[in-house]
Amino acid sequence: MLRVDALRAIYPELSRCIVVTNMGAAPAELFSLGHQPGFFYVWHSMGLASSVGLGIALSRPELQVVVVDGDGSLLMNLGSLTTLARYRPANLIHLVFDNEVLLSVGRSFTTATATGSDLAAIATASGVPRTGTCRTEEELRQAFTGALAAQELACLVAKVEPQGPPSYFIDLHYLESRFEFQRHLRRLAAPPMAGDREGDRR
Amino acid sequence: MPVSALNSQVVYDALKANGIRLLSVLPETWLVHLVSLAEEDPEMVLVRLAKEEEGVGISAGAYLAGVKSAMLMQNHGLLASINGIVSLAQLYRIPLLMLVSQRGGFGEEHPWQTEGGGVTEHVLDALRIQYMTLDEPGHVATRVRQAMALAEASLRPVALLLCRGLMWED
Repeated sequence: MLRVDALRAIYPELSRCIVVTNMGAAPAELFSLGHQPGFFYVWHSMGLASSVGLGIALSRPELQVVVVDGDGSLLMNLGSLTTLARYRPANLIHLVFDNEVLLSVGRSFTTATATGSDLAAIATASGVPRTGTCRTEEELRQAFTGALAAQELACLVAKVEPQGPPSYFIDLHYLESRFEFQRHLRRLAAPPMAGDREGDRR
Repeated sequence: MPVSALNSQVVYDALKANGIRLLSVLPETWLVHLVSLAEEDPEMVLVRLAKEEEGVGISAGAYLAGVKSAMLMQNHGLLASINGIVSLAQLYRIPLLMLVSQRGGFGEEHPWQTEGGGVTEHVLDALRIQYMTLDEPGHVATRVRQAMALAEASLRPVALLLCRGLMWED
């Protein structure tokens, strides 16, 4: 499975969620599928996407938050899984793309998932109530929509090929995105407008 | 335990007066009363961390989501958080209020605290993080308010050093 195809398979649902990504290929591919004001790309502070997602999920329980992470990023902040499990926000799905390498520096530096470390099993052992490993777009789609419906903390590991986009450039400065995202969350806090459709996930 | 319960309450009251609703914490001896106060307060979300750097991410998320937060940690936790502070809080212009217990200063009896005590202020200077000390209860309310104001105006991290004179009853 290619990560971009995996993202495409769940894009209709993602586009209605608050999405916080790690850096590298995932944000570039998500951006290529269509940027939304509820998407926030955490460039550079590797490992902290899940913590940012937790901060949002705890602060705004009415919002559905999705963290898009990678194996390399998560391994830099493994303790985050235990903190997520400890507070167990029902409105957070942690989606981890596992390609077994630090792709943005080439394919030669493999991560520990290449030698058997199982991130979904680590999440389970940390106490995350809903976990799974997906190997096809259909498996991911089912697991992801199932997790949305279940309304409980989930960690889904999607095994993907070590292949990135042609370019990591996205035409949205990180500061522009930061202010846009903050404004979007502020507007979502306002009382719903008459035209808002019932049942939309935000 | 000679950690000052009275002055811990003064610090906690100042945080509350400034609208802090989420505290991420990795406790140490000087912070035990502050953690208990947060735990007993139904208006406060207390997040117990595995490592301090997580707190930078949690506070950034809370801020973007419209909730005022602070980090509570030892100075060694500040040292452990530096990449998050630089690459998230500073890069993304997040007003991060950090309350840092300043272990390893004059009066410190534990040898393992002393190296961190000697470098904390130099590290804050190197990071261009403005900070003030809290060393007696009389100025706590004012300085917490001023720290919050500066963080929000500058969109940068600021630090308050919780010093021995405030936190410990020698």
